[in-house]
Amino acid sequence: MKAAPFVYHAPDTLAAVLDLMARLDNARPLAGGQSLMPMMNFRVATPDHLIDLGRVAGLAGIEVVGDRLRVGAMTTQRMLEKSALVREACPLLAEAIDHVGHQQTRNRGTLGGSLCHLDPGAELPVAAMALGAELIVVSARGTRVLAFADFPMGYLTTALEADEILTRVDLPIAGPREGWAFIEFNRRPADFAIVSVAVRLSLDDDGQVENISITVGGVRPTPLKLAEVEGLLTGQMPDAAIIARAAAVIAGLDCEGDDLYPPDYRRDLCETLTRRALTRAVERAKGRGHG
Amino acid sequence: MAEPARIGIGARTPRVEDAALVRGKGCFLDDIHVPGALEAVFLRSPLAHGLIRKLDLAAARAHPGVRAVFAYDDLRARLTMDRIPLALPAAGIRFHVDPFVLAREEVCYAGEPIALVVADSRRVAEDAVALIDLEIEPLPAVADPVKGLEPGAPRARLDCPDNFVASNGIDYGDIDAAFAGAAHVVKERFRLDKGGGHSIEPRGVIARHDPLEGRLTVWDSTQMPHRTRGVLVTTLGLDEEQVRVIAPDVGGGFGPKAVFHPEELAIPAAALLLGQPVKWVEDRFESFTATIGERETDWDMEAAFDADGRLRGIRGRLRYDHGAATPYGVALPFNACTNLIGPYVLPAFKIAIELCLTNKTPAAPTRGAGRPQGTYVMERLLDAMAARIGLPRDEIRRRNFIAASQMPYAVPVKQRDGSLMTYDSGDYPECQRRALAAAGWSDFPARQAAALREGRYIGLGLTNYVEGTGRGPFESASIRVGPSGKVVVTTGATAQGQGVQTMLAQIVAGVLGLEPQAIQVIAGDTNASPMGLGAFASRQAVTAGNAVFQAATLVAEKAKAAASTLLEASPDDLELHDGAVRVKGVPGHQKTLTEIARSLAGAAGFALPAGMTPGLAAATDFLTTGLTYTNGCHLAEVEVDPETGGVKINRYVVVHDCGTMINPMMVEGQILGGVAHGIGMTLFEWMRYDDQAQLLTATFADYLLPTADVLPRLDIHHMISPTPLNPLGVKGAAESGTIGAPATIVSAIEDALSPFGVRIRDLPLTPARLRALVRERSAA
Repeated sequence: MKAAPFVYHAPDTLAAVLDLMARLDNARPLAGGQSLMPMMNFRVATPDHLIDLGRVAGLAGIEVVGDRLRVGAMTTQRMLEKSALVREACPLLAEAIDHVGHQQTRNRGTLGGSLCHLDPGAELPVAAMALGAELIVVSARGTRVLAFADFPMGYLTTALEADEILTRVDLPIAGPREGWAFIEFNRRPADFAIVSVAVRLSLDDDGQVENISITVGGVRPTPLKLAEVEGLLTGQMPDAAIIARAAAVIAGLDCEGDDLYPPDYRRDLCETLTRRALTRAVERAKGRGHG
Repeated sequence: MAEPARIGIGARTPRVEDAALVRGKGCFLDDIHVPGALEAVFLRSPLAHGLIRKLDLAAARAHPGVRAVFAYDDLRARLTMDRIPLALPAAGIRFHVDPFVLAREEVCYAGEPIALVVADSRRVAEDAVALIDLEIEPLPAVADPVKGLEPGAPRARLDCPDNFVASNGIDYGDIDAAFAGAAHVVKERFRLDKGGGHSIEPRGVIARHDPLEGRLTVWDSTQMPHRTRGVLVTTLGLDEEQVRVIAPDVGGGFGPKAVFHPEELAIPAAALLLGQPVKWVEDRFESFTATIGERETDWDMEAAFDADGRLRGIRGRLRYDHGAATPYGVALPFNACTNLIGPYVLPAFKIAIELCLTNKTPAAPTRGAGRPQGTYVMERLLDAMAARIGLPRDEIRRRNFIAASQMPYAVPVKQRDGSLMTYDSGDYPECQRRALAAAGWSDFPARQAAALREGRYIGLGLTNYVEGTGRGPFESASIRVGPSGKVVVTTGATAQGQGVQTMLAQIVAGVLGLEPQAIQVIAGDTNASPMGLGAFASRQAVTAGNAVFQAATLVAEKAKAAASTLLEASPDDLELHDGAVRVKGVPGHQKTLTEIARSLAGAAGFALPAGMTPGLAAATDFLTTGLTYTNGCHLAEVEVDPETGGVKINRYVVVHDCGTMINPMMVEGQILGGVAHGIGMTLFEWMRYDDQAQLLTATFADYLLPTADVLPRLDIHHMISPTPLNPLGVKGAAESGTIGAPATIVSAIEDALSPFGVRIRDLPLTPARLRALVRERSAA
């Protein structure tokens, strides 16, 4: 279980990274390495060049700019977990982080690495989708901003071009009447989710659902937005009955699965967890509105 | 015995080996750097069954840094026989299937070694493995022990006449009458997986041939170095003096390292052929595909009861997946069936055991060795019957217990050595009574009802079991106090982290009046102890413990006899204390063990103390007279989420009886680890194969071990029923925890889900399986 031969690059500047990415064939950027290194040791991933982003200044950090929380792609999951700013400004991301891996993997694993690796069981892509994250993507050719919804292309596949890297993730700041919830089911606390649900919603003055965003992970190769459930709840008083009715449409959802967690089990989980996440988010929205 | 509570038997002595181990100062196999050693990697079969049609090694041999690439014929040139002779005598075996060192023509499981690359480094060797041109013509694979025994099933091995490798069974009492006169019969089918050992340290071998000494030294991460030596002597055509096998610090065994694997021959053979040391350390992928483990059991069972819930008889059929070879005999399913009987009076028992060869990694014992499955079947049958006749689960067990007054209790089952299976001591009803009290059994229904009103499903489950421990026939030990005063114990026992050094040092310390730290224990070296068996079957406290006790007692007697001459005192007036023999009540009037050892070492031309033989030393073998039976009662409290199938174990109580405890702290460690293994087997661990016997769970991301954050705190209570079968009164404790756990947890889950009427049969119980059962019942 040793990696196939590769050339290791450790540039100091973003410009040098982008230059290497533009010039080299079969190059992979290395963020925290918590997925890529095991894949290389299994020889599932066999890049010829590994470009370590760890020495590049300015790729990690958390700050509020205007109505956005800006998180550098190389910010470690442990930094997110420990950030009071993230807890306050983006509590959905904070709740998702609490489900990610072990402390040891969070020490190394990064936000950008998780989004770009796009494991179907990973929590952060589901949260990013529910939050409507914007991704700052750069290459030697220039910079572009991608909505996270346009980022996943398939199993472990993103819209990044071969010469591009993700440098920053911009997230909306939670409003006063906003509720959120991130819930997942797995067999051991640190595992990837079998199914996860991220909910973000806000209530109007009458207590009706104004905006709502629901994303689930684990039922498709990439995070799935539950637009139909969102539509059923928008403009409604979110009581237990209507939440249950809205979640029940998941019974008709086309789910993927495997022999261990078959489609009907994942669908079941998805419905249960969506109902629970909606309930928790509504409670929080009410609590925040009143508090 | 001086101050036994502090230093001797029964003391919670801190483990003498831990100072090194927890500081990273242990010396595990991969820590051993033999100068000039090359590193080896195996090419393994990607398919479960097929014929090797092409094996072109040229490109791999030409790769820079590669020293040699061996196929079967290359190694066979150095061996005395075609196959590795591992067959153990076994009743009912139709044909032994000994493995090859490397696959010759037919590959019979995915992961079977085909070629061996030896290079300057592991990385280079892995690069070269990728250059080997291998073509395998696929053959149909046998992936299921039930289908594999059906007429017309494909053959798992073309070198065997069929897949039906062995059949045995148990048949006592009048089974037909038991069923004919029964008031109730329950019939159940169980499909149980168990999984592997998964020690932290994987397997590994280093071999070095020293032409000056004419000796082959093999460091092997094994539980049984003497068996390794025996196999190497036979297959390499050497004698015992030419082969030394050392088990260094071993990071966990749990069964798989008791079995001789082909790599343990391939690496020494390669070292001999190359004239250079060769090292191989298994990687985790190989642990899954190439290391033995337990496979599936399929139980078709019926139990007959009287109207009051008393067992009349059990009959059935067990089909057992034995994988692709028989490297450790065929005793596992027999173990499962004898352990099924447990602490209960079972008047008649008839079971047919059919062992099926499949295209999976060969089966051999992992912690529990079939017993958890057998206990599970009995306990599930009892719960099913209790539900049928509306009897509380504790009461049906109470009505079937063997009473303490019936000890020793002979079960009419003949064992491996021909003797009747006999429970030597214990009080099973009292054990359950204490466990029920500790877990709050009688208050639980009220708590359960209150939880249900809040929408929470909690349940309590229980299990009683026994375990035959201390398998013989013997273990060896010697103790020598050198002229330096150092006390050295050598033994055929081996250590894999369970605390063997402490256990033995503690016994010696108690007898000789020393601190355990003052005693050096050398285990796992065939040069230090010419005879030995090693670690398996929860045996070492029983066998090595008593051997060491006997030897220590002889040394103490000799020290007193010598001191008696030197001090001119009667032996009756002498006692051992703090490393010296002293005259009772006369402070300072003493001879230290060092002084005695020096006087017994002799000096040229001078006489030894009167009537003494040279050396302050003794060597003994402890011969067992039968298995000694540990028993226990487990209770678990769980909370189940019927919507997700999630299970949380909130509480776990064990009342345990392994006779006299040498070190209760270490016994509790064994129980905790054992229960963790049992929890894994119940809820997490599953070696899943597809229908072509391809393993689907070859990483720890897919094969889930129970992590610390899913384990409950254990509430452990001890009973002490010393066995009459050995001087120390000790019984084994290493596997016991595993045996009771699966049935306990499943009983608790069924209890939690009693509003749904869910009945659980198969293991492991994944959340998807449990959710499906709930849905089935909700729809019904």
